[in-house]
Amino acid sequence: MSVPPAVSMFIAAFILLNAIVGVVTYITLLERKFAARMQSRIGPYYVGWPHGWLQPIADAVKLMIKEDIVPAPADRAVYNLAPLVFLVPCMLVFATIPFAPGLGVADLNIGVLFFLAVSALEIVGLFMGGWGSNNKYALLSAMRAVNQIISYDLPFIFAALVPVLLTGSMQMSAIVGAQHGLAGWFVLYPVIGQLAFVAYLIAALAAENRVPFDILEAESELIAGFRVEYSGMKFALIQLGEYAHMLGTSFLGALLFLGGWLGPGPAWLGPIWFLLKAVFVFLILTWVRWSFVRIRVDQILAISWKLLLPATVVLLLATGFVVAAGGGRGL
Amino acid sequence: MDPEARKVVEIGYGGNERLIMNMGPQHPSAHGVFRALLVLEGETVVAVDAVIGYLHRCHEKLGETLTYVQYPSIASKTDYVAAMTSELAYVSAVEKVGKFEVPKRAQYLRVLVAELQRVASHCLWLGTWCLDMGGALGGGATVFLYCMREREAILDLFEALTGARLLYGFHQIGGTRYDLPAGWAEKARRTVDVIEQRIGEYEAMLEDNAFFLIRTQGVGVVSRELAEDVGLSGPLIRGSGVEYDVRRAEPYSSYGDFDFKVPVETAGDCYARYRVRMQEFRESIKIVRQALDGLPEGAISSRPGVKSVGQVRVPKGEGYARVEGARGEVGCYVISDGGPKPYRMKWRGASFSNLAILPHIIPGHKVADVVAIMGSVDPVFGEVDR
Repeated sequence: MSVPPAVSMFIAAFILLNAIVGVVTYITLLERKFAARMQSRIGPYYVGWPHGWLQPIADAVKLMIKEDIVPAPADRAVYNLAPLVFLVPCMLVFATIPFAPGLGVADLNIGVLFFLAVSALEIVGLFMGGWGSNNKYALLSAMRAVNQIISYDLPFIFAALVPVLLTGSMQMSAIVGAQHGLAGWFVLYPVIGQLAFVAYLIAALAAENRVPFDILEAESELIAGFRVEYSGMKFALIQLGEYAHMLGTSFLGALLFLGGWLGPGPAWLGPIWFLLKAVFVFLILTWVRWSFVRIRVDQILAISWKLLLPATVVLLLATGFVVAAGGGRGL
Repeated sequence: MDPEARKVVEIGYGGNERLIMNMGPQHPSAHGVFRALLVLEGETVVAVDAVIGYLHRCHEKLGETLTYVQYPSIASKTDYVAAMTSELAYVSAVEKVGKFEVPKRAQYLRVLVAELQRVASHCLWLGTWCLDMGGALGGGATVFLYCMREREAILDLFEALTGARLLYGFHQIGGTRYDLPAGWAEKARRTVDVIEQRIGEYEAMLEDNAFFLIRTQGVGVVSRELAEDVGLSGPLIRGSGVEYDVRRAEPYSSYGDFDFKVPVETAGDCYARYRVRMQEFRESIKIVRQALDGLPEGAISSRPGVKSVGQVRVPKGEGYARVEGARGEVGCYVISDGGPKPYRMKWRGASFSNLAILPHIIPGHKVADVVAIMGSVDPVFGEVDR
């Protein structure tokens, strides 16, 4: 029985999309439990025994049945469209991620480029939400969003390009293929690998608007920033997009630096290894989030343009030299 | 967009047009019900208008209509975060007018609870301040929850002592209402030991954190002259290099017996105010230990038990008493006409005077600094509006 490629692609995308929504819902529970542990609390407990494992479902249902309010002075078209424009690129990035050899929607030969380009699009949705709400807090937040995300996309891209340069390919499966053996992981590549991983994590925090770079949300100054006017399902879509983006970034980090699905055991364990590594990256980001205070918008820009961007450019140049000197895959 | 709506957005492309933003009275970092009207140019605040009065409860009028026996439990509602010192200010003023004796044991008990209250209040300040800067979904919430845990331990002590956790009614004219229950002193010692150790942990967590330092150092600088002109008190004026503490300047309730330092920092920024309060934690704990060690035996009140609310009568006269609350100088002025109620009563709230510094230091800072500065002032709006 042969299935036409278009249909199989559609089925794969359908399964993947639902799987992501499922994982994203439960990763919120993971984060809440993790944060609770850090703060000497218990976290969600009563909804679902043991330890509140039904809490994400309850949250989702609550958001679905909540009243959807559109503020009177809002720009209705822009306001209503913004959550979708925000969510689609966040989901689209998963299209190029292979979860095991041959297990993915599309293993493009420019996979990393596609990922970086599409994930940069989320800013459009953010700005639409902030502008369309016609609220002063949301507007300020949208301005901050444009400042911040444009500043941090460059270091993010440069950090992600280091493994690409070491591999000589933008295809995600090829990058994983170049990391065979535990010492082959790019995070263990002498000096360059660790620096690039750290730069990647910092830029990822900023690109995802997480504390200490969450000036978009900044609830003690701007209430909830660009999504202050959203409620119900539209708010849920924005939340979903944010966590999906975070998960996507974690997957990319695991793939670029931690050897993707490579790990001990039989081949079918590959996706599980990959998920575990992605969760590990996610937990690093969460750990940072729950231990730092937020910094100011001018300080965020200064860190990016004066520190992170020059550092990643130098790093990329150094990688280039190493690769050129080694005639291909580094020294 | 319809033209009616377009008027709302005042910011323009040139970056030099102004936006008026309303912060409060319902705002996550309003510390109660404070309304700040910020005039912004981009992200920079160029002017601020502070609006207060949302929590006005006619405290001074209440003071005239309630008897001397009734009012102390209402006095705790002015600065409800540090209720012990609010009560103490009122009863001290009445004792001054009526020339009531206070037994030594009662004086030590007053010092004991006042210093425990200072620790509890500073715990709340540190938590909420970090919450302002770090976000309810970030590192700020982590510090906040740690601080609440410590504050709980002290509130448990107060509950064992008075039966109440927030508004105590512990002080009364001529002494205190309750004596220490059995085993309380041991429990208090253990609690302050734990808190002292945890304070060190918070200092390590915050002072080694580069992001915390760049958010607080050089932000909201109050010069020594400005601090004196505006009439600041408490940790704010000590953060600006003025060694002024009512406990030292005009010792009340046997504070002269205790050995403690008055911490002073000279930088005048948010970080200096933070350092002052962190050192005050340790000094207060020191005083608590001394008070527990040196607690004299004897009566806790110079007056017999009160049978009717009108029983305390104060001779004609007037007097002012001030105490060092957690936020600064808390004063109370009482005029008596010889009846069971004061003829007139006036509060001097530390938060109210400290809040006056905001229009002087906020302009020129970014929006994010506004909440950091406001948090470092540590206003309690029950005391501002009364």
